[in-house]
Amino acid sequence: MKKTLFDKIWDSHVVESIPNGPDILYIDKHLIHEVTSPQAFNELKERNIPVFRPDQIVATADHNTPTINQHLPVKDLLSRKQLKELSQNCEENNITLYGLGHSYNGIVHVMAPELGITQPGMTIVCGDSHTSTHGAFGTIAFGIGTSQVTQVFASQCLLVEKPKKLRVNVNGKLKNGVLPKDVILYIISKLGTNSGTGYFCEYAGNVFEEMSMEGRMTVCNMSIEMGARGGLIAPDQTTIDYVEGREFAPKGAELDKMKAHWETLKTDEAAEFDQEYSFEAEDIEPMITYGTNPGMGIKLTGSIPVEGNKSDSKALAYMDFKPGEILLEKPINYIFIGSCTNSRIEDFRVAASYIKGKKKAENVNALIVPGSQQVATQIKEEGLDKVFEEAGFTLRQPGCSACLAMNDDKIPEGEYCVSTSNRNFEGRQGPGSRTILASPLTAAATAISGKISDYTQNLN
Amino acid sequence: MEKFIQLTDTVVPLDAENVDTDQIIPARFLKATDKEGFGENLFRDWRFDKNGKPNEDFVLNQNKYSGSILLAGNNFGCGSSREHAAWAIKAYGFKAVVSSYFADIFKGNALNNGVLPVQVSPKFLHKLFTSVEIDSNEKFSIDLEKQMIRIESSGDAEHFDIDPYKKTCLINGYDDIDFLTSKLEAIKNYEQKRSGKQAVPQETL
Repeated sequence: MKKTLFDKIWDSHVVESIPNGPDILYIDKHLIHEVTSPQAFNELKERNIPVFRPDQIVATADHNTPTINQHLPVKDLLSRKQLKELSQNCEENNITLYGLGHSYNGIVHVMAPELGITQPGMTIVCGDSHTSTHGAFGTIAFGIGTSQVTQVFASQCLLVEKPKKLRVNVNGKLKNGVLPKDVILYIISKLGTNSGTGYFCEYAGNVFEEMSMEGRMTVCNMSIEMGARGGLIAPDQTTIDYVEGREFAPKGAELDKMKAHWETLKTDEAAEFDQEYSFEAEDIEPMITYGTNPGMGIKLTGSIPVEGNKSDSKALAYMDFKPGEILLEKPINYIFIGSCTNSRIEDFRVAASYIKGKKKAENVNALIVPGSQQVATQIKEEGLDKVFEEAGFTLRQPGCSACLAMNDDKIPEGEYCVSTSNRNFEGRQGPGSRTILASPLTAAATAISGKISDYTQNLN
Repeated sequence: MEKFIQLTDTVVPLDAENVDTDQIIPARFLKATDKEGFGENLFRDWRFDKNGKPNEDFVLNQNKYSGSILLAGNNFGCGSSREHAAWAIKAYGFKAVVSSYFADIFKGNALNNGVLPVQVSPKFLHKLFTSVEIDSNEKFSIDLEKQMIRIESSGDAEHFDIDPYKKTCLINGYDDIDFLTSKLEAIKNYEQKRSGKQAVPQETL
């Protein structure tokens, strides 16, 4: 039988299939962080169950960490306690932790790929819905709840029903200024936030083939925003070039062996999908969202749809927008470039290249938060920090930051923030905050003009 | 885990679609390291204003509605994987959530905590909302064994789907950890078999 990329990886990880029930799926890598793991460790302790495969678990601190003065004790007592528990739990169970201040520390979905922990063909889980990010390498990667974190601790396996298969094809040539973030926001705006529920999504077509690994991660990251548990892209030379040479990537003869395996990881030609959608690259323009879910997106120069139901009206009331309104020229006081969606070096390069030689508008607070210590170092090495500084942007230390505002990085009530993060839910960036999702280029351009503007005319 | 077999109770109708887990439990309440106290902050920013005063318009603050069944619009529980959302719903006192669609991760989290997600057709969901609108004391009856949900006054009923394995777990109060830890030998065998093969990822850490 012809198999999809997803089938190939899934089937090779099934320990046992329960008749009329789920599969026991073996997990290669389990990533954990401070917020969704403590209750899982507690449960293990209560039930006197040991961690089965500690060597296959990697921990980082990211969700709840401050982005300034990371060398000092964390001020927020609850956050400090959560971080301390993570350290203790990792120590007691022999789990590798890259905690605050470690040179490998960072947002879990940024640090694991850049360390070569994420490799094609693996199964990867984490108690975080954006685990779908790792699918960019041709892995089956998905977010899990804390009960499932406990299950993986106890058995290195999960009981899961095999999802259905979806493929999204985008072919053609992207317009100037259209970034991977715009591509995925466009797809979600067309398909809706629950179109992917029950599916794993493969992205195919020359647009994804020509994307960098950073771009592919941005796309796969937001698969969950259309409801898909995960997204994946077949590994190719771009993938191998990215993985090769990284800290924990296979090396020498081992690498050659793995490369031969990775090359087999693609969907067979006549393999069938349960659902398939195709889009033309030429139709995609820079995107922004206007509502309170990521499916409520329009092109930068577009107008808010007039038709809508009760929930749409509620969203517009929250955002203080009107049906039919055009968002161009809307004054914006906050921008955020960061999060597991857009905090990799390429994101900061693209922002810096637009910003260079310009100054942010006076009304704007512009927050730049790298995804990891390694990205922070790269920003300095490439001199991007000077570009941001001279333009009046604030560059912070790595973490999830204003994407979910668990720390002090919050957008004030009633304020709009053009944000490169992944969710525009009510209050996501702080109580009463209003999020407009966009690419790093749109966020950078908004910071310079102080309002939403069509920057595509100014691009080279 | 608590068993779930049958439930007949009044209903709290939350007529909103795409209710995301950030609304169910905002991120700022995720700093706890245990499972206690989440019920107080369920739907925090819809339930209370910024000064902590209850918002009278919100359904959880309306005396006429009570009960252990939450009725919600399409695509309930989308967004983050936080199981705190399921803990908050359970701690508040809900035992079942009824919607025409559930996000995958939330659905799994609810089931792992003995909260039953009941997925009905959009048409039946509309009927359910109408029945509660007409009479706030309306009761729904949910029978997990028969996989049926019924409106008590009219007798209108619909069958709902549930994974047979999960159904058995709920009815008996089992959880997945019991099952998986009973399978460790098979898992070790799988690991051994796999490490003998060339073309599979090896441990790299």
